[in-house]
Amino acid sequence: MHNSIVLVKQVPDTSNISGQVMKEDGTVNRAKLPAIFNFEDKVALEFALRIKDKFGGKVTAVTMGPPRASDVLRECLYMGADEAYLITDRKFAGADTLATSYVLSEAIKKIGHYDFVFAGRQAIDGDTAQVGPQTAEKLGIPQITYAEEILEVKERTVRVKRKIDGGNEVLESTLPVLVTVLKDAAELRPFAAKRVMTYKGAKSLLELEKLVEGNSLLYIDKLVYEYTNRSLFIPTLTADDLHIDVGRCGIKGSPTKVYAVESVVLAGSPPIRIENSRSGMNMLIDALMEDRILG
Amino acid sequence: MAKSGNDVWVFVEQREGRPVDVSLELLSKGRKLAESMNGVLKSVVMGEGATSIARETFLYGADESFVVEHPSLKTFRTLPYSRVMTSLVEQHTPRVVLFGATVIGRDLAPRVASHTRSGLTADCTDLRISDVSYLGKEYKSLLLQIRPAFGGNIIATIIAPDSPTQMATVREGVMEMLPLDQPHAGRVIEVPYQPNDIDELVHIVEQHRVENKVNLKGAPIIVAGGYGLGTKENFQLVHELAHTLGGEVAGSRAAVDAGFIPHERQVGQTGVTVRPKLYFAVGISGAIQHRAGMQEAKKIIAINTDPDAPIFDISHYGIVGDAMEIIPKFIEAYKSKLK
Repeated sequence: MHNSIVLVKQVPDTSNISGQVMKEDGTVNRAKLPAIFNFEDKVALEFALRIKDKFGGKVTAVTMGPPRASDVLRECLYMGADEAYLITDRKFAGADTLATSYVLSEAIKKIGHYDFVFAGRQAIDGDTAQVGPQTAEKLGIPQITYAEEILEVKERTVRVKRKIDGGNEVLESTLPVLVTVLKDAAELRPFAAKRVMTYKGAKSLLELEKLVEGNSLLYIDKLVYEYTNRSLFIPTLTADDLHIDVGRCGIKGSPTKVYAVESVVLAGSPPIRIENSRSGMNMLIDALMEDRILG
Repeated sequence: MAKSGNDVWVFVEQREGRPVDVSLELLSKGRKLAESMNGVLKSVVMGEGATSIARETFLYGADESFVVEHPSLKTFRTLPYSRVMTSLVEQHTPRVVLFGATVIGRDLAPRVASHTRSGLTADCTDLRISDVSYLGKEYKSLLLQIRPAFGGNIIATIIAPDSPTQMATVREGVMEMLPLDQPHAGRVIEVPYQPNDIDELVHIVEQHRVENKVNLKGAPIIVAGGYGLGTKENFQLVHELAHTLGGEVAGSRAAVDAGFIPHERQVGQTGVTVRPKLYFAVGISGAIQHRAGMQEAKKIIAINTDPDAPIFDISHYGIVGDAMEIIPKFIEAYKSKLK
């Protein structure tokens, strides 16, 4: 039996930025970007599910984010996670990696016993790869980053193949350990149709509160009770629930600040246009030869 | 806690007794940063043979070097390295610590930043020292950490105004390696390594390194292809052009993600930074992350179907049209010139 906690993140689809997403001051209007499941985190979930398939145990997905991040938690349930937690609070907003890792590590401690913490190597909105190692440090456990493959799992140890600069290495770590995984590390299982049917109705506390709003026949406590009984409740943890130091969360707890942003303005003169023709090519090659760029 | 004024530190990564290029590049940059705030540049070297590497760092401007010489530190392992680095930072509180954004640097830096609760910015493309006024407070000599963000649509300047130590990682090739003109007498500060059980929670079973045959950084001619090429088959043309010109093949991140070309050949913020004589950008739209890795090429030729592609704004020559037609024409014209 090996229990895993998987850290997942909902990210803006930065590969799909169009004109209307940019505000006039050159900053990005996050709300206008489509939100997607950070792909490497799905691979992390796949790692955890494979360990569960082989050795038994429980897989718990955890995300910190705004209420709409429940979407990625439902996807975790579709793939096979046993449980999913939404860590959300206005006090967590604007967190850099240090503040994020603090909240995540406190949430992990609260959720309880684990042998593995899995996460994607990095999220596509920042590409920092910092939250994994920083969470491991705060939990006081070893980390294995850039994992490519789990080679062997034993009672109290694991062997992992990981990428290094110019090659790879095999590490053996004691458990518990935090492992961050690369995007090509595993083929994802498809959503199980039956699980999708069941869990598309899973709801977080905030989503249940929305149902209650303006409907005097519903009571939140009763709803939570019913959803919990049907395993459709996505538990929500706030700063109060975690009993944490709010000074270390969100903007307040983030040492790094965005001092300035500029939209990308390109300076420089326009290029010399070369005609798409044989004579155009001849001209270009002559110019390059004259400048001794080509010989 | 002893405060080391305006110290700039560079973590020097070594592989088999040799410092890696990015560490020497960071020393060269660190030298300038230290000078602009009247600080001292220090290198931190761990491993076996660390002392001789420390002496090499003096050639790149280090004034002093912390040397942790021990066989247990021969090969990088997260736990001992981060424990030693953390305790050094805690003892001395340097103003700035720089790490290469290698697999090792990206594994080590966040762990050290977490323990010391320091601000850490990944993959900076520029670093500067400046006085800053932020939220009504004045700060002297802050590190400006500049990096593209949000899919490259913005360039962000990050600061860590209240962090006693400011940390950043930088990719290889981004900063220039500048050995000192005159030899520099540095001081070695030996730091003893005290073994700890924690260090042994993870051990290396085996390690394989393949000699990296790709040398984009040193190539005078680079032909790079992007997602705009559409398929791996079309990407073959990029190889042909590179072969004709005796150049190296490279790609944008999108081309790597699409599987057209391996990651070792990725040019850009999260790949390699290059400064060739000639750079072809074929079917590359020119996102800032890509430009960050190639805009210092001496001549840039862009081929793109979209006349408004941002790549044209930094190119010297632009050809609007289908690369599938243009490249064969270029190759043919070039071959007949050589005859």
